[in-house]
Amino acid sequence: MIETKVNICEVEFKNPVIAASGTFGFGREYSEYFPLSRLGGISTKGLTLEKREGNEGIRIYETTGGLLNSIGLQNPGIEGFIREELPFLEKQDTVIIANVGGSTIEDYVKAVEKLNETSIDMIELNISCPNVKEGGMAFGIKAETAFEVVSQVRKACKKPLIVKLSPNAENIVNMAKSCVMAGADALSLVNTFSAMAIDIKSRKPVFDNIIAGLSGPCIKPIALRMVYEVSRAVDVPIVGIGGITNYKDAIEFIMAGAWAIQVGSGNFINPNISIEIIEGIEKFMLDEGIKNLEEIRGII
Amino acid sequence: MKAGYRKAIVNTNAEIASNIFEIKLSYPKDENFQGQPGQFYMLKAWEALDPFLPRPLSISNIVGDTITFLYEVKGRGTQFISKLHPGHTLELLGPLGNGFDLNIEGNIAIISGGIGIAPMIYLMKSLNKKVDFYCGFRDEAYYIDEIKGYVDSVFVSTENGSLGHKGFITDIFTPEKYDVIFTCGPLAMMEKVWSMCKGKKVYMSMENRMACGIGACLGCTIKTRYGIKRVCKEGPVFSGEEVFFYD
Repeated sequence: MIETKVNICEVEFKNPVIAASGTFGFGREYSEYFPLSRLGGISTKGLTLEKREGNEGIRIYETTGGLLNSIGLQNPGIEGFIREELPFLEKQDTVIIANVGGSTIEDYVKAVEKLNETSIDMIELNISCPNVKEGGMAFGIKAETAFEVVSQVRKACKKPLIVKLSPNAENIVNMAKSCVMAGADALSLVNTFSAMAIDIKSRKPVFDNIIAGLSGPCIKPIALRMVYEVSRAVDVPIVGIGGITNYKDAIEFIMAGAWAIQVGSGNFINPNISIEIIEGIEKFMLDEGIKNLEEIRGII
Repeated sequence: MKAGYRKAIVNTNAEIASNIFEIKLSYPKDENFQGQPGQFYMLKAWEALDPFLPRPLSISNIVGDTITFLYEVKGRGTQFISKLHPGHTLELLGPLGNGFDLNIEGNIAIISGGIGIAPMIYLMKSLNKKVDFYCGFRDEAYYIDEIKGYVDSVFVSTENGSLGHKGFITDIFTPEKYDVIFTCGPLAMMEKVWSMCKGKKVYMSMENRMACGIGACLGCTIKTRYGIKRVCKEGPVFSGEEVFFYD
């Protein structure tokens, strides 16, 4: 018998596959394709204290082996989420992680306080969104700034706290250590890479904000390296993210030190991709005689 | 539960005008395609991860067990699809989106610009009513013969004058004759149509860059009178007054 369960901060995931924030909405669209209860967990679309309409202009742009996005945290706000989306998610029998973004420390703290009183299982603090002005990523570049926001949120937060790191951090290992020192219970990494594209005919940037976020298989080797480095430097559970589109990618991240993984852009090319990854992991475990993923976690 | 991506087989894939292709597909087993006029499918003709995203194409027709897509080669994805030969397979997800409202009364006009003609064959067939068709093209007209069997009158324009009226299709469109207008094409054309048709029912099929096609990524949103809407989910068909709400 194989055991795919993972326990992260006293929260039990039935398997290590989590839908990544911003690629899965609040689950409704994907629930038409498979029962969400098959997933280890769902990280919600990034939530901000107030509702946001998101960015103008082109929002997505394909590039070699991935895509650039500049959605800009379009979301119903914390209260809209609690009222409109959470009742649906509560019924899905999977771990619900509320992904929280913000522009100021006060916003983060207020958002987390509102979520304390709900049934969500965990909070994933987004200090890594490159697509809103002063939004999130400003906190995710310098370790000292991140320490400040994570400390304040930690004081206010009654739920297990995952901090989602930006690969754009000045030094990913120092950033990780700083967030753990500030009270992060777990880390997830990586968010999208700051990137851009230019329309050579119009001689203008593709995106109104010029800079957008790069994701997809093209970032996987770098994300994997960052997970590897961070997992050796800190003692908290790591959730690996970055271009995972099949079970082999997922196993690589686990071997590099991840306790669980998130599937992001892959959801766009196949709504059932997480299910295929879960089944692939199970088959791999059977074929390789792995009883528990702990046996291969961080073996590199 | 809905099915995810499914394999289909290419029956034909022909260039019917410069850079305009018509592809016909069937499922490997005797199974029919689902879908209403105005709905679309996401298509992937590649197993590898580059190109990465599937491409949205609206249904041009469904006859028996065969689905037809008319498409313009615009980027790497459509170029890839255009190179497929009979017997090749690709993967499809759909039908997606809302489709046109078919429960309508009154005199009907369909107005297309360029590749916006793609969803209109299936619409005409499904309406099964008296319809006048206005189709505008830049240089080269296509699909005119296919349309003729289904409509009462066809009006054609080309910007270079190679067929029909020389100029824009909106130059020869006479809105006073119609109660309901369906349109698909460049945004500027649809805006002109809407401005000519105030007080009438105008249904327009929008397009946008899409990643997931199912409403999750929020990449294809547009601003409407009633807030931000997803072209792939609340659309692609919107009413004119929803889209052009600024006056």
